[in-house]
Amino acid sequence: MTPELMAAIGGVAESDLGDVAPKTAIQLQAEAAREALAEAGLTFGDVDALFSAGGETFAASMAIGEYLGIRPRFTDSTNIGGSSFLAHAGHAYRAIAAGLCDVALITYGSTQRSQTGRSLGRGGGVRGPQQFEGVWGLPAPVGAYALAATRHMHVYGTRPEQLAEVAVATRKWASLNEKAFMRDPITIEDVLASRWISEPLHLLDCCLVTDGGGAVVIVSRERARDLPRTPVWILGHGESHTHLGISSMPDLTTTPAVYSGAAAFAMAGVAPADIDVAEVYDSFTITVLLTLEALGFCGPGESGDFVAGQRTAPGGQFPLNTNGGGLSYCHPGMYGIFTLIEATRQLRGECGLRQVDGARLALANGTGGVLSSAATIVLGRD
Amino acid sequence: MTERAFPVPDAVSLPFWEGIAEGVLRVQRCGACGRHVFYPRAVCPYCASSELDWVDASGRGRIHSYTVVHRGPPEYRDEVPYVVALVELDEGVRMMARLVDVEPAAVSVDLPVEVAIQGDPRLPYFRPRSSE
Repeated sequence: MTPELMAAIGGVAESDLGDVAPKTAIQLQAEAAREALAEAGLTFGDVDALFSAGGETFAASMAIGEYLGIRPRFTDSTNIGGSSFLAHAGHAYRAIAAGLCDVALITYGSTQRSQTGRSLGRGGGVRGPQQFEGVWGLPAPVGAYALAATRHMHVYGTRPEQLAEVAVATRKWASLNEKAFMRDPITIEDVLASRWISEPLHLLDCCLVTDGGGAVVIVSRERARDLPRTPVWILGHGESHTHLGISSMPDLTTTPAVYSGAAAFAMAGVAPADIDVAEVYDSFTITVLLTLEALGFCGPGESGDFVAGQRTAPGGQFPLNTNGGGLSYCHPGMYGIFTLIEATRQLRGECGLRQVDGARLALANGTGGVLSSAATIVLGRD
Repeated sequence: MTERAFPVPDAVSLPFWEGIAEGVLRVQRCGACGRHVFYPRAVCPYCASSELDWVDASGRGRIHSYTVVHRGPPEYRDEVPYVVALVELDEGVRMMARLVDVEPAAVSVDLPVEVAIQGDPRLPYFRPRSSE
């Protein structure tokens, strides 16, 4: 069964990435928005729906609306962590399908590298449910992912070198992307020899800390006919969350992508085996392994074997995180929007050296918090 | 050194911290459905009852998972490496805690542990169970 085509991605853009000083987070969003809209043959005045999260501000969609002079008739500042932008894409699809808007703009920007750096600290008084977690010196968020990794290793026998396979393969993709922050090749031995951050995760199991922003424009079916570039249709969407703090995660080896993925595949009428290219949030190497299992690309506990032998690297059987991912390309704190940007470019065939030949069906999956939220989008081209 | 995090009790969690001050680990138990609840809540997440009573916990459990922290928050950096664990109590609830009285290399998943209330601020740490 083929889903009805209701909304398509018509434009995508990154802002400057890496270290963008002295630019601000809102500036990154505005510049990316202008470029993404231009790709779609549109400008600020055409936008009637705004979606944003983070952006170093209260009420992110209000902030970008004010900055760009946009008064939307549909607005959504949902913040469920790094997966927010994939949830936004799903919400935009629903809103367009319901006739509530025609041109949706999703934006994100962060200057965490040049401005503040990523704090591993908490300090001070801890209130609410956090009073039971925030007092132990668990580095956030890496310590929570380390707890999940330890559990996965215990239950399934997953090995550190299998986690390292992900970092190595992702770096190979980054070497093909001139926008990637880290492009020098690394080996499994390099990953295992890099210093511990929070066992069993090494430094090279962890994502980058960069600045960056991006924008995605989603338009109605009617508008999609006028797009200058190949429309990339939203075929499926799902979202969920299971907890906020890691102590409350129901099963440390099962992410809510189990639910978001199943919903997205069902809506799209496709199966994991149909996907040509996958962009999966890689805050840490363990995030990728758990997500591959949750989405059904392999069975529970099988992800270590699934990624072995550089199967996800360029030329491998399973093209994964083809921009170089949060591990090697860019990670400004909330990476999700970049999975949509890369998946769109792959389906348009614009990726040059890193292009996956003949890609027609792509999956983008975001993870937020400490494996807390997930949002999945299935994209396709005509 | 940066100030360390300390818990700020609220009306619901106060009995927990009063218990810790007395050297007793307490958790909630739902008077309606009988299940233990942690962290403390005003409403039972299993059956929506407000009849949440405080009961003394066994203080015994097992390591559900753990991590050896090598790069901690700044205010804990002079203590690395240290072990933060998720402990599954015999009552069936899971709580996060630092482990004491054990070398990081001796920690493993399923290790039997017991509560060890100590420190300033006074917190429910855990240590390997002495008599197994």
